[in-house]
This record gives sequence, structure tokens and C-alpha cells, in this order.
Amino acid sequence: MVYGVLRMINFANSEIFMWGTFGTIITSRDIFGYTQTSAPATGPKLALVLISQLLMSMAVAGLTAVFVEYVAYRRLRAKGTNRLATLISAIGISIVLSELMRLLTDSRPVGSPRVLEKIILGEVWGANLRLDTIITIFAAAGIYFLLERFVKLSRMGKAIRAVSMNEDAAKLMGVNLNRVITTTFLVGGLATGAAAFFYITVFEYTKFNIGFTMGMAAFTAAVLGGIGNIRGAFYGGLFLGLLEVYASAVLGTQWKAVTVFIVLVLVLLFKPNGLFGEAVQTTRA
Amino acid sequence: MKIRNYWNLRDFGANLWENAGRPVRVAIVLISIVLVGLLPFTGGSFLATPIASFDAVLVYPVGMFVLMSLGLNIVVGKSGMLDLGYVAFFAIGAYTMAILGTTTKLNTWEVMPIGIALSMIAGVLLGIPTLRLRGDYLAIVTLGFGEIVRLVLLNSSWSKGPNGIANVPMPPNIGPLKFELENQKVFFWVVMAMILLTIWMIRRLTVRRPGRAWEAIRQDEDAAELMGVPTLKYKIWSFTLGAAVGGAAGVLYASKNLYIAPEMFTLNVSILILACVVFGGIGNIWGVVIGATILGYLPDRIRFISDARLLVFGLVLVIVMNFRPDGLLPRKKREKAIVKKEANA
Repeated sequence: MVYGVLRMINFANSEIFMWGTFGTIITSRDIFGYTQTSAPATGPKLALVLISQLLMSMAVAGLTAVFVEYVAYRRLRAKGTNRLATLISAIGISIVLSELMRLLTDSRPVGSPRVLEKIILGEVWGANLRLDTIITIFAAAGIYFLLERFVKLSRMGKAIRAVSMNEDAAKLMGVNLNRVITTTFLVGGLATGAAAFFYITVFEYTKFNIGFTMGMAAFTAAVLGGIGNIRGAFYGGLFLGLLEVYASAVLGTQWKAVTVFIVLVLVLLFKPNGLFGEAVQTTRA
Repeated sequence: MKIRNYWNLRDFGANLWENAGRPVRVAIVLISIVLVGLLPFTGGSFLATPIASFDAVLVYPVGMFVLMSLGLNIVVGKSGMLDLGYVAFFAIGAYTMAILGTTTKLNTWEVMPIGIALSMIAGVLLGIPTLRLRGDYLAIVTLGFGEIVRLVLLNSSWSKGPNGIANVPMPPNIGPLKFELENQKVFFWVVMAMILLTIWMIRRLTVRRPGRAWEAIRQDEDAAELMGVPTLKYKIWSFTLGAAVGGAAGVLYASKNLYIAPEMFTLNVSILILACVVFGGIGNIWGVVIGATILGYLPDRIRFISDARLLVFGLVLVIVMNFRPDGLLPRKKREKAIVKKEANA
């Protein structure tokens, strides 16, 4: 999301997400010693575990993001090489991240111990309202709100917007380009880490390649809503989620990804700005 | 501009070539073709690979990697568009061969044009909506395309789903040359011929109008458009030609491997090919050939690399881009020559 601001898709973002999910699991499994069979936590212990999981996930993801920026982007930016080089370097680093995790986990999926009990709170029109999903929805809204505040109001947010509009001009106005970009990566990483935590709480499972599927979906959502537009990404995600469910119901689950891709191409063909967005077509060589 | 004379094989080769007369050039070409053609006989030496037989390694991965890298190089290197779904065209070629080869009487050489044509059609179909996009969007859309082709193959009944298609026929013998599983020298020579054909095609195109158009697009698309270059048309052409080479490689691969399944055509293949192109030197034919040869061969020679093959290739992408963005053999010569000419004028 924040990467729309930098006019650059961060290929490694999905891998950052994946590392965040592992951070979450490690906290509950190895630090607090939960196993698959142990009883869900209650009371203050629950809050402690959940919050430390969240913080750990955000820390891991944030650090990974800064690392990615440092290794794959900074030198190339200093050199002023073309976009192609940056792109290839980003793809390289994302492969390194996911392959490293594959070798570390022997390609096996890793389950998460259940910390938060899945209490069914009530039923609305036949759908179960589960505690974890409700928390996730509210947290997503909260993150969205915080991000928008941060970009709109804070001093750093202003600098980020300036860099996004025109790097050179921002530099001339005394903006520390490297610091701004690193911060952007850090903030993006933190948000991604939070998302990773909620993903784990709901699905309780991760694997070295979940990043890829998620990344594709996130990208489609961003394009649907219009790149560089936080509100657009929000509605795009909503729309995409509904579309996936209907596609699986009508055509069968295996065609879900195909449908999403066809919609993506159609949107790019007829409304390349996305449903809410600004132009993405302009070449910036 | 600082001209570096050290560590620059490209310039050495180019100077040798430029200063040579026609007979010398013909001799150089013939000698190198014969030398490369004799490669399968050197399997007994230190080059031997511990697991697969040396002939087989020379065909796949080495030969196939070189061929596909050359194809991808038209797209990435010549016109500067990042295509992460290159494996799709490879898959289309391979499945054309497998399906037509098992259901009809057509042999490999008769299927070849059909496979190439189908890949090209796929290239145009994908290219028309997507090539208007900027670099990174294009990369993700092509990446998605590659995955979609694999998913369709995996879930459709006509492609026999995850079981894949077995008993793909071998190519018919050419005179005394027999295609056999144990002895893949003939396959190697066929791949070599296809590589030479591709190199010839690229070289001819590069010095003509399409080559100049691609170069202009790569350097600055807006400027090219303003100068009256129909950029979309040439981008689609470059995409389609790349697709054609990928399709041809796919047809040959299917009839060499005798068995194909959707799992052979994952995103990883696209990344490996991209790594080959980047490692050798984007846009430089000889650089790409050498890069693909090294990256195709080493994992089979050194066991350790083949376990962590993708990890190494990812590292290659990052390191090369950061420290030597032009690859092993940079394409500086031509640009340098232009600079020199301008200085003399």
C-alpha cells in the first residue's frame, strides 16, 4: 500500500509478509512454549502473548523491509540506474528470502498453536461471527486509519508525499531522500507485519510460498482500486474477496486464480486507472 | 567517459572480429561451430557431471537454457521490458508437441511450426492489453500469465491435469543420425542448430529497423514515440519473437523428455532464465550464451548448488545488478564506438 507512494511495486513485500508470519509463530511456539495441543490462553496472559506476537511480527517484517531496501534498492538508487535494474534486483532479493525460508523449513508447512480461542459470538444472516475474524476486521480498519493519518499529517508523511511527487524537487527542498525512503519501507514493513500476525491468528498456518499467492492477490486488489490510493486499495481488496468467493462457487476453486487474473487484465485494458485511481500508464523510464 | 580496457572480453572479441577480413571471419565461425559441436565427446574429462550423463546435461539444461535465454533476451535485453512469464510460451510449445504428437501422426519437425505459431498467438494475445503498461506492472502481469497457463494445464482434462502427458514421440531420424535416450548427441546438435538460427535472426534484426526501434524503446520510450516509432507495434513484435523462440524450445523439450507435466513449467523456470540473461549481460548475445551455459552447467557439476539452485540464482540477480549491472560481458562496444565516432567528427 505504502509502496504506491514510492511509485514502485515492492516485489519483496509478499516475502516480508511471509517472514512476518514465521515471526508470529516463533513467538507463541518457542518463546511462550505453546504447542498444537495446549489449551488456548485466557485473561492477561492472552493479551500478553497476542501483543508480543504482534510486536514480534511487526519487528521481523519491519527489519526485513529495511534490509531489503538496504541490500536491493539503495545502491542502485545512488547509481541512478534504470528501472529495469532495480526491478530485477528486487525480484532477486524476494527469491532469496523465500528460498532461504524454504531451506530452513524443508518446504514443509508450519502450523501455529492456537492461542486465541475461536469463540463464536453470534450469527448474522446465517454467517458465524467469530472472535478472531471480527478482531481482524477492526484491526484492518484501524491500520488503514493510522496509515492515512500518518501520511497526511505527520512531518515524515509530508516528506514521503513530496518524494512521491518529485524526487529531485524534494531533495532540493532539503528532504533527506534516503531516510525518507527507508522510513517508508519500515512503515510498510510494520503494516505488513501486523497483517501477517492477523493472518496467522485466523488461518493458523504458514508456508514458505504463501507470500506469492498473497502478493498476487494484493497486487490485483491494488490495481483494481487504483495504485497509490489507500482507499482504492481497501475497496479493491473488498471487491476482489467477493469475486474470489463467487468464482469458486460458480466455476470451482481451481479456477479462482484464473478468474482473478482475467479480471486484472480486463481492468488494465479498459480502465487502467483502476476503479478509484490516478493514471498508472505514464512511462517513467 | 572512462574506457576500461581490463577485464573486458567483449571488446577483445569485437576488435578481433572487426579487424579480420571475410575469410578469417568465416574461418572463426566454422572453427567455433565445430569446436562446440564436438563438446559432447569431452564427457570423459573433468567436465563430466556426477549424476546425469554429460550429453543429457548439454541438451538440458545447458542448450535449452541458452536457447530460451536468447529468446527472453529479445524481450528483456533488446527492448527493455521485463517478462516474468516466459515459461508460459515454453509450456505452450511443449504441450502442443505432446498433444499433437500423441494424438496425430505428425512428427516433431511438423509440429514445430504449429507450436511456434501457437506461442506467437499467445504472445500477441497477451501483449496487446498488457504491453501498454509500465515496467513493473508488466512484470507482474506476465508473471500472472505464466502461473495461469500452468494452472489451466493443471486443471484441464485435455492436458491430463497433474498426471501430465507421457509417451511423447521422439523426432524421426535424420539420415544416419539417430535420436536415442542414452545418446543425446544428436539432440545437442539440433539444439545447437536452433541456437545458431536464433542468433542469426537476432543479429539480422538488430541492425535493421526493428533493432533500432527496440533500442530506442529501451532507452526512452516517450522519446521514441515522439520520433515516430510505433512503439506498441514493435513491443508486440519483440514479445512475439521471444515467444516464438520459447515455443520452439518447448516443442523440442517435450520430444526429448518424452514426458511432460504442469509442474515442469513453474515460475522458477522463468526466474532461472532471467538469471541467465542478467548474469551474462543483458542485451549482449554472446554474454547471454555464456551466462546461460555457466548457470545451466554449474548446478549439475557441483552438487551443493543444485540443492539450493534457486537461492543461488536469486543471489546472482541481486549481486550482478548491484555490482556489475551489465553482466559478465557488457554491451559497451557499440555505444563506445558511437562516442568515438562523434569525437572524431
